[in-house]
Amino acid sequence: MVLTTTDFDTIAAISTPPGEGGISIIRISGDDAVEVAQRLYRGKNLTKVDTNTINYGHIVDSQTGDDIDEVMVSVMRAPKTYTKENIVEINCHGGIVATNRILQLVLSNGARLAEPGEFTKRAFLNGRIDLSQSEAVMDLIEAKTDRSMKVAISQLDGNLSHLIRNLRQDILDVLAQVEVNIDYPEYDDVETMTSRLLREKAIKVHGQIDELLQTAKQGKILRDGLATSIIGRPNVGKSSLLNHLIHEDKAIVTDVPGTTRDVLEEYVNVRGVPLKLIDTAGIRDTEDKVEKIGVDRSKKAIDSSDLVLLVLNVSEPLTDEDRTLINLTAAKQRIVVLNKTDLTPKIDLVELRQLVGTSPIISTSAIQASGLEDLEEIIAHMFFNEGIENSQNDVVVTNARHIGLLNQANQSLKAVVDGLESGLPVDLVQIDMTHCWDLLGEITGDSYQDELLDQLFSQFCLGK
Amino acid sequence: MKSLRVSDVKQTYRGQDFDVVVVGAGHAGSEAALAAARMGNKTLLITINLDMVAFMPCNPSIGGPAKGTVVREIDALGGEMGKNIDKTYVQMRMLNTGKGPAVQALRAQADKHAYHSEMKKTIEDEPNLTLRQGIVDSLIVEDGECKGVITNTGARYYAKAVVICAGTAARGKIIIGELMYASGPNNSQPAEKLSENLAELGFDLERFKTGTPPRVDGTTINYSETEEQPGDEKPNHFSYESKDEDYLALKNQLSCWLTYTNEKTHEIIRENLDRAPMFTGVIEGVGPRYCPSIEDKIVRFADKNRHQLFLEPEGRNTEEWYVQGLSTSMPEEVQQQVIRSIQGLENAEMMRPGYAIEYDVVAPYQLKPTLETKVVKNLFTAGQTNGTSGYEEAAGQGIIAGINAGLRAQGKPGFTLKRDEAYIGVMIDDLVTKGTNEPYRLLTSRAEYRLLLRNDNADMRLTEKGHELGLISDERYDAFLAKKERVLAEIDRLDHVRVNPSAAVDELVTAHGDKPLKDGAVASVFLRRPYVDYQTLLQFIPAPDQPLGRHEIEQVEIQTKYAGYIAKAQANVEKMKKMEAKKIPANIDYDAIDGIATEAHQKLKKIQPETIAQAGRISGVNPADLAILSVYIQQGKIAKVQ
Repeated sequence: MVLTTTDFDTIAAISTPPGEGGISIIRISGDDAVEVAQRLYRGKNLTKVDTNTINYGHIVDSQTGDDIDEVMVSVMRAPKTYTKENIVEINCHGGIVATNRILQLVLSNGARLAEPGEFTKRAFLNGRIDLSQSEAVMDLIEAKTDRSMKVAISQLDGNLSHLIRNLRQDILDVLAQVEVNIDYPEYDDVETMTSRLLREKAIKVHGQIDELLQTAKQGKILRDGLATSIIGRPNVGKSSLLNHLIHEDKAIVTDVPGTTRDVLEEYVNVRGVPLKLIDTAGIRDTEDKVEKIGVDRSKKAIDSSDLVLLVLNVSEPLTDEDRTLINLTAAKQRIVVLNKTDLTPKIDLVELRQLVGTSPIISTSAIQASGLEDLEEIIAHMFFNEGIENSQNDVVVTNARHIGLLNQANQSLKAVVDGLESGLPVDLVQIDMTHCWDLLGEITGDSYQDELLDQLFSQFCLGK
Repeated sequence: MKSLRVSDVKQTYRGQDFDVVVVGAGHAGSEAALAAARMGNKTLLITINLDMVAFMPCNPSIGGPAKGTVVREIDALGGEMGKNIDKTYVQMRMLNTGKGPAVQALRAQADKHAYHSEMKKTIEDEPNLTLRQGIVDSLIVEDGECKGVITNTGARYYAKAVVICAGTAARGKIIIGELMYASGPNNSQPAEKLSENLAELGFDLERFKTGTPPRVDGTTINYSETEEQPGDEKPNHFSYESKDEDYLALKNQLSCWLTYTNEKTHEIIRENLDRAPMFTGVIEGVGPRYCPSIEDKIVRFADKNRHQLFLEPEGRNTEEWYVQGLSTSMPEEVQQQVIRSIQGLENAEMMRPGYAIEYDVVAPYQLKPTLETKVVKNLFTAGQTNGTSGYEEAAGQGIIAGINAGLRAQGKPGFTLKRDEAYIGVMIDDLVTKGTNEPYRLLTSRAEYRLLLRNDNADMRLTEKGHELGLISDERYDAFLAKKERVLAEIDRLDHVRVNPSAAVDELVTAHGDKPLKDGAVASVFLRRPYVDYQTLLQFIPAPDQPLGRHEIEQVEIQTKYAGYIAKAQANVEKMKKMEAKKIPANIDYDAIDGIATEAHQKLKKIQPETIAQAGRISGVNPADLAILSVYIQQGKIAKVQ
């Protein structure tokens, strides 16, 4: 049921290429498009404005009250739109961080992330595209839906799906118990699922999903940036690497104002991956003043990083300091950058390979600006294809669709707890518990009511 | 199996013509025939034994979770089951009273003999309805259309529509230990020939199994060794037309009695498993998981050291007692031993042994949501014939099949109920979409919108439809509209009246751990507090101009208190409706569609769903298949416009 009704959801996506250009557009399509936009918009009441108007205003995070961006919002009402549905387009100030933040807000305010090709699919389903185009669209839809199904299920991290299935089983046990209480009220062998028990279960599962969400690197990264530190002895070329990365991205250099720490953060965009560079001030300080490396300071930077760029000078043998830094970064996602390849290499590559294990090693010359392409390639690859490993837990959620579903699942669980606390009966709040189960099933690709019945009859001895 | 028939008639004769012929007068057939006749169709109800009209071959009870709601739905559509049980119950009990309104369920113990004779009388008194004894051997089918039936006595009855409700009589076979014989329920004659005829017509038949427990002599039960299970003091009826003042006082109701199996019982069964038809391969039919035999329970749940057994009276003028929980097909002497091993039944005399019964079923994927078969036009099926179990499930299908047969006879379009409108709709959609591989029983968990499909609001959901069909009188309809109007007016009033702060209000809220009201509260919001009911609320606000009745108050409370959840459920319904609106053309050629997965392709072809939503409920049809299907249909539509 849940899977098959998605054709009528309000959907949203960033419709400009990621990370490029000064302006990005977030497109929302569906019955509720205008209402969804209105929930995060401050300006004229979008639900009242005429169709085909462009409206100036601000995007606001209603939870925190923060202004996110200054935007122009186009409102186009059905049926004379691309998808023949209501469409809202939010034009914001480019930049992956702000754009993703707005998308996240749109998604948490009632829209679902569009699948690839889904706007076009809707245009077709709603009869917007004519017959002559339909063969091509047919191919497109087939490819896209096929792909999205497979991506959703087969590419799913084995550990994650295992974990989700365990969560679902937990919930299923609870649901089966509630159902047995309802359908077999006189059956005395099954413990009555009381409000207290259901509440405990809901809180437990909520906690587990929360943990999972904390690993939701991409979500976190899209929101906050991938915390990255550039580590290395003085004068290995950290500063030039930093300058290169910053130079690449003119659009986003954001100081974080009001921090009491002396650690400055700067955002850069590497092929669509937002890097939050940590302690850039530290890099500049140590490089400028040729100070002795503050190991403490490095440690602090490493600890708060998701990704470490460990810079070594290829023209010098490994020093103890280098080895210390290699050890300190061993548990982190790490790229070893061999800088100064324009000079004669003196480093022992065999020893280095042993020391850094499977971490990728790339050679650059910051002076000649060579090898930097490779570095960017590796960062983008790590982020999009592998996901950055979380050091705490080997299960990570990287897919935005999964994050969305997990968030919704947790909202349902919260509704369970709220409902119980306001004194509603178990069989009512169970509606939210079932919804949570369905949502989790969308992650793993199974959402069948029959499972519940099987559970009922295998677990309990029921009948007359 | 050899036929019981010694010889057949040599020639047939033409009997009367009818608009509708209903075959079988069990719970499905009785409703079907009454509905068709009440809609103005000249109707024939033909059944194997007139002394078994609306007979209860299994437990003497009606209602329970989901099933009780079905009875009220039947009543709201103008059916008979609710009224009939209200006239003949010996005990009434509301179940799940400690739970939410969506799952409360009424259940009655019936006097099975009174139930039968009362229903028979109602049928006899119905002007357009003829009740006749006979066995239908075959259907008259011309050019894929059913034109009537032929009976064992040679009568040919022509009709515009035929409804088959054959129950377990369809090639029925009773099994007790090693003994097996052709029989319908309760040693009645089976319908030996009709199934063959259906198979010849191209129907895919399946074999199901069900069973019933032994009956014991109440004069030999030691009740003091069991726990009494009395009925309710507080009045409740199934029919919306029954009156509280007619409710049986508790002292005039009969109790049930609870006892348990024990280790000794289990040992007897385990020792005799080699003689249990369930395990020796004798029984081929698929039995229901939710109604297992006692031998099945003991094998599957070996770690349980006891099982509940309810002793239920079969009626007021009999000492036969039904032993609920002890369904079995073990040999007779084992059954007797088993009974005697049970507390309270140590000296009990078994009056009838339990038995298993196998019977033929029309695989329900061959049906449309109107319960007309896809194979033969103007032919409808209902009840156990469609693979369900239970009197209420049968009656629920019966009324739908009867209505549709009646509409067909009048040349009118069909009538269906959707999943959000009735449990009956859920059941029929499940049957025709998913099919069933065991006797199908309704459970509340089968309904995704059960909060909307409540026991209390069946009249709100269906009275209007019943009236449109001509099954609800104008008088009853007007009374219903007046009730609905009063409920809506009061709900609206509560949105506009305020509860003002007062010492009495503060006392109430603080007693329940809430803060005193500062500025007062809107009455409807105040009513949502768990400890506030409508009567409490009335202490703090002016009363309505006209006081509300008990059922009206119930509606106001439920619709106000659970408004948030009801809205959630309705939002989901809206979503589904959009998918239901996407119709799949009847002449769709699935072979012409590329890209649908093989399993989905096969199932779509077999089940032929009518809407995209229904297609989505078929297991094995995934969203990608639905998208491709939608596109294909859309193409057809565009092509037609051009």
